[in-house]
Amino acid sequence: MKVQFTVNGKSAEVDVPENMPLLWVLRDELDLKGTKFGCGMGQCGACTVHVNGVAQRTCRLAISKVAGKEITTIEGLSPDGSHPVQIAWQQIDVPQCGYCQAGQIMAASALLAKTPDPTDEQIDDGMKQNVCRCATYNRIRKAIHQSVEIASGSNQPTGSAGQGAGK
Amino acid sequence: MLETPTAGLSRRNFLRVTALAGGGLVLGARLGSDGFAATVDSDAALNAFIRILPDDLVEIVAQNPEIGQGVKTMLPMLIAEELDVPWANVRIVQAGLDTANYRGQFAGGSMATPTHYEPMRRMGAAGRALLVAAAAKTWGVDASKLTTRDGKVWNGSESVRYSELGATAAGLDAPDPKTVPLKDPKDFKIIGTDVPGVDNEKIVTGQPLFGIDTQLEGMQYAVFEKCRVFGGKVKSANLEAAKASWRVTDAFVIDEEGQPNGVAILAETWWAAQNARRALEIEWDEGPVAEQSSAGFAAQAEELSKQAPQQEMTNNGDVAGALAGAAKTVEAAYSYPFLAHAPLEPQNCTAHFQDGKLELWAPSQTPERGAKQAAEAIGIAPEAVTLHLTRMGGGFGRRLYNDFMIEAACIAKRADGPVKLVWSREDDMRFDLYRPGGFHYLKGGVDESGKLSAWQGHFVSFGEGNRFASSANMAPKEFPQAFVPNFSLGASKMPLGVPTGALRAPTSNAISFVVQSFIDELAHAAGRDPLEFRLELLGTTVEGEKQIVDGPRMAKVLEKAGEVSGWGKDLPKGTGMGTAFHFSHRGYFAEVVQATVAQDGDLTVDKIWVVGDVGRQIINPLNAENQTQGAVLDGLAQALDQEITYEGGRTKQSNFHNFKLLRMDQAPEVEVHFVLSDNVPTGLGEPALPPVPPALTNAIFAATGQRVRSLPLSNHDLSWS
Repeated sequence: MKVQFTVNGKSAEVDVPENMPLLWVLRDELDLKGTKFGCGMGQCGACTVHVNGVAQRTCRLAISKVAGKEITTIEGLSPDGSHPVQIAWQQIDVPQCGYCQAGQIMAASALLAKTPDPTDEQIDDGMKQNVCRCATYNRIRKAIHQSVEIASGSNQPTGSAGQGAGK
Repeated sequence: MLETPTAGLSRRNFLRVTALAGGGLVLGARLGSDGFAATVDSDAALNAFIRILPDDLVEIVAQNPEIGQGVKTMLPMLIAEELDVPWANVRIVQAGLDTANYRGQFAGGSMATPTHYEPMRRMGAAGRALLVAAAAKTWGVDASKLTTRDGKVWNGSESVRYSELGATAAGLDAPDPKTVPLKDPKDFKIIGTDVPGVDNEKIVTGQPLFGIDTQLEGMQYAVFEKCRVFGGKVKSANLEAAKASWRVTDAFVIDEEGQPNGVAILAETWWAAQNARRALEIEWDEGPVAEQSSAGFAAQAEELSKQAPQQEMTNNGDVAGALAGAAKTVEAAYSYPFLAHAPLEPQNCTAHFQDGKLELWAPSQTPERGAKQAAEAIGIAPEAVTLHLTRMGGGFGRRLYNDFMIEAACIAKRADGPVKLVWSREDDMRFDLYRPGGFHYLKGGVDESGKLSAWQGHFVSFGEGNRFASSANMAPKEFPQAFVPNFSLGASKMPLGVPTGALRAPTSNAISFVVQSFIDELAHAAGRDPLEFRLELLGTTVEGEKQIVDGPRMAKVLEKAGEVSGWGKDLPKGTGMGTAFHFSHRGYFAEVVQATVAQDGDLTVDKIWVVGDVGRQIINPLNAENQTQGAVLDGLAQALDQEITYEGGRTKQSNFHNFKLLRMDQAPEVEVHFVLSDNVPTGLGEPALPPVPPALTNAIFAATGQRVRSLPLSNHDLSWS
């Protein structure tokens, strides 16, 4: 079936089976490789994007369900990697292998859009759908708090990437 | 754009400078088998390692595969430090597989740091010395009067940029890398500072980096359906039904000797290939492994435990006599399950076979071996393989094995154009080379002074004859051998049809749970504090027995772990601290876990303190902490809820709903400390993991008095009253 939707501000149209998951439409039809395949059953969150601003797993999300909707992927979160979450992730040096991090960042940015200054408990709740096999959780937590500071302007990037995160 | 090199090709020229037309220079270098020097005798080596561009940007080649361990950042840091260039000017270029110019292009065994720490520095230092010599020649002054800073050579206040020295340096002999002076560590500007990962920006903006992101013109996508029973083979398949599916381009059986057995489906998009698997209706010849199961292994182990070990591994002192004369004895049976690696990026490989040559884009921890295996499987010479290294979405040992690369090669040989093979998560979980489970039957004794006097172990594992299955072995001199006067260890083996392999901190990740739990049992039997009991043990020597573990070095990290955790403080009932230590991969680690068990059995890990000794220098503290926290939480995930079981010769678990990875709400704070010692710097990918499971189960004992002797914890009711 033909499906029209918006991806990162641009309109897109694909002609694929109605049950084809959005993940594979993004990766293989639209060549947006930032959204990752991890499990295919909504367990790991590597495929998280925003659908009309809400974080959703795309590996089980049929393309027919996103007709007319606005999709934001990691490639479209900011024009130049300047979203506070993207900045904080680099400053804190969150990634190890990095494979899950696009999904983590999409989940964290959706959490912050709804809860601008989350407590640790709210972070647990908002992020527990996303697994990090390298277990960078201590840093994800720290980076989310740092994103809040960046967003509020109280953190001035001074080239001190990773400051305070070492020993 | 290269000008003709003018440096003489003397034996010492392991490093050669070539001026770039238009300014800048290339430092071509090559490491020999001793890690230091090999003659650069061809232009092939010219691009190895360092290129200084006219605008003073310095391109440094990262030669090793990146699996998340941080090596793509760390190895270039070592070169840049000694070359004396600002890190801000450095750009990293990932090398492909190139056995002629690079040495040790693999990721495993926490080996990159001990292997490369000095050679990479020496390469940078030799480059710097050559540029200083060039500047000395230009100015007609003695090289000893010159200094370097910020990518320039300085003579007082006069300076010349490295990029301007190419032509002069090209005419000079390279210094001997074995004697070239290295920086005094107090002068380090890059080593020992927090350097974020070089791919971070690409990662946070979602740029294609990983093997699975490979995209080639005219590429097809593939899946490969194998028999769920290990070693099973295809009898028949409905290929026509698969071929009739949406956008499927081809489907065929691979059943050639020496190749993986199964059915390949090719399609214009991966989901189409995956979707067509259901149409295959394959009939399998399951073979003999179908008889094997986890329940069967447990029953066999129990039987074997009643007999004498099939094989004596170690025997020192008089164990029977010491047990008979002990003030207290403890007897216990421990076991741990098989585990999957489950890296988050499923196995994949892109392959293009054309004109007798094979090109691979492969997320492999052992690319050299993988290229050979792929070549052998399709009957071409290894030299006919070109391999591009991609960033990997986790390794953990899974990508030491190149089954996915061999499959991709075999499929590509039968296809037109490039093919990307991607495993589903279910493929990944069902066709792993698993961390083997194991069974340990132990007796131990403490004497009247409360000191550990006897230890007897019977390890029931997997293998045949004298050979243990991969990673199912145990070092005959595993701790506490050589620390206990009367010590014996024997082994028995069960045949295994399930493939096994190395998982992060192989053997140690399992053995540590057994050894450090049983030590805890003996400490409690002796009425001693478990930490103090361990310190005493580490200070014991046994005449005539060489200690593999440096007791005093371990004692130091254990003491520190006690200090930073506040060991010994009063805690409410239901909350307890446990400790454990383990030596592996040259690293010394002691850890303390604080855990709280609610009366209904609900377990919360409150905090984990980690103290490690990996030598005199932490190269990149920012990454060192991240690696250590990750390894610790990996160990926690294993202990909490990870288990692979078999029934009818097939893996029961299939995805993350029944093989559970740790989640944010389960991850405690992990506080990391390093103790510096006068030892060569060593790796951090693995050694922090093994102490975690026993430190946790020891904490549960401290909290509730319940001794956990098998993993994972999810199989136990921890409730108390």
